[in-house]
Amino acid sequence: MSDDIWILGIKMTKFGKHPDKDTVDLASEAALAALADGGVTMKDMGVLAAGCLMQASAGIGQQLQKQIGQTGIPVYNVANACATGATALRTVIMAVKAGECDMGLAVGVEKLAGAGLLGGGGRAKSDAKTWTPSGRYGAVATTDGRIGTDAMPGVFAQVGMEYGHRYGGASFELFARISEKNHAHSTLNPLAAYSKRFTLDEIMNDMMIAYPNTRPMCSANCDGAAAAVVVSDAKLKTLSLEQQRRAIKVSASVLTTDPWQEACQVLPDVNTLTRNAATTAYEKAGIGPEDLDLVELHDCFATAELVHYDNLMLCPEGGAVDFFESGASWRDGSTPVNVSGGLQSKGHPIAATGIANIWEICHHLRGEAGDRQIPGAKVGLAHVIGLGSACGVHILEKAAA
Amino acid sequence: MTPQVPLVDYLSLGEHPHLVAHQCSGCGARYFDRRNGCANCGGTTFGSAEVATDGEVRSFTIVTFAAPGVPVPFVSAIVDCDGTSVRANLINVEPSPELVTLGMKVRLATYSLGIDDNGTEAIGFGFEPS
Ligand SMILES: [Zn+2]
Repeated sequence: MSDDIWILGIKMTKFGKHPDKDTVDLASEAALAALADGGVTMKDMGVLAAGCLMQASAGIGQQLQKQIGQTGIPVYNVANACATGATALRTVIMAVKAGECDMGLAVGVEKLAGAGLLGGGGRAKSDAKTWTPSGRYGAVATTDGRIGTDAMPGVFAQVGMEYGHRYGGASFELFARISEKNHAHSTLNPLAAYSKRFTLDEIMNDMMIAYPNTRPMCSANCDGAAAAVVVSDAKLKTLSLEQQRRAIKVSASVLTTDPWQEACQVLPDVNTLTRNAATTAYEKAGIGPEDLDLVELHDCFATAELVHYDNLMLCPEGGAVDFFESGASWRDGSTPVNVSGGLQSKGHPIAATGIANIWEICHHLRGEAGDRQIPGAKVGLAHVIGLGSACGVHILEKAAA
Repeated sequence: MTPQVPLVDYLSLGEHPHLVAHQCSGCGARYFDRRNGCANCGGTTFGSAEVATDGEVRSFTIVTFAAPGVPVPFVSAIVDCDGTSVRANLINVEPSPELVTLGMKVRLATYSLGIDDNGTEAIGFGFEPS
């Protein structure tokens, strides 16, 4: 018996607009589909971890149980920004690994269709009638827009531009071409919120949100859910050969936060924690970046994808621009990245994202990805970043048998 | 003379406006917010450090779509002030990628946010091309 951990069943809903479904409907749909995919039921689950970031205090786990099975198992409602889904999965993996139970369910769901700008806040910003200091900076007025930007498109624009400053070669056009790739990939994904191919001109001439990110270079707010059933190695060996054949090995499951760096409280450092997570994951899995058949990384903005080529060590340090220019990250390249279409076209229902990207990898490793199948895929990596920050990296492998 | 108040408490006004950081006595890490301790070394004693007013743009974005009530466009930047990173707007420069560039040299500048009902003027800061 080994202490290996496996994904037994996994599913994502269609991402997009679901006006007739609430978060519990979407979570139920994903959870029941993941259970069915694994050939198990709620009665087999020993733990449930669930997240819905926009309703983080609503107890989505128990709400879900009320619909699909109040079996009395412990529920962990988790919130970790855009890494919420990965955190739910990691929580279940830790419980199974600790021997608390032999099977568990992780669920992430979000209703975001029509939501506006994230990070800057939806409320209108206005100043008080008198200049009165408040908050940790003693600010007498709104600082968003006066002392830089709080909104995500600008924060991540600065992340990409900083990389460009350090290593060169990162132009507006280069970032737009990264987006062109992901939108092209999305045309093969029937579950993507948007599956329209854009020309480079269309991307560059679309509405500018925060230079160099235009609208199609930003992740798409949408509705969606994803769920995964985790099983221990010992339990899997008691299940059917078909269940064992389709099970996907979790070779590494890592969650990190951002260690202190000069400047990290001025501009969030999304690099160090990703590099740390990737380093640990490669060590645990005994796998190197050159072994990966596909990667789903957190392209919340086109400017973010570039830096994560480097952070995940898909290229030599400083070599992300050359890596992209070589065509490596296209679906027919040496390390296909975001063949799902990524967050820019597949969509980014926040808490669902960290499980949906793992579903994408599993889908290919099982050889079930249809038109967008990466032929012969055996190993994949899924990465998410939640600003604040939290980073989840999972390395997944096809069953040997 | 109209009484003045800085936009944030780490902006020191007077004849030579500059930013003042909380500097960890243990490791030298600098912070602009009120501190409970040092995120780098765990120390709890801080002194104050004057931040250089000349710097270099290490990253920027031109924000053209923002939360309601935030005037656009504006240039948000990360400025390297002699080793201390500062978040600020770039001011007194047209917000265009032709005129704002990575590595450009800038210096601290202040401007008025207006006078409130008590007759107090708030003073903000940004960085302008030098
Ligand atoms: Zn310190």
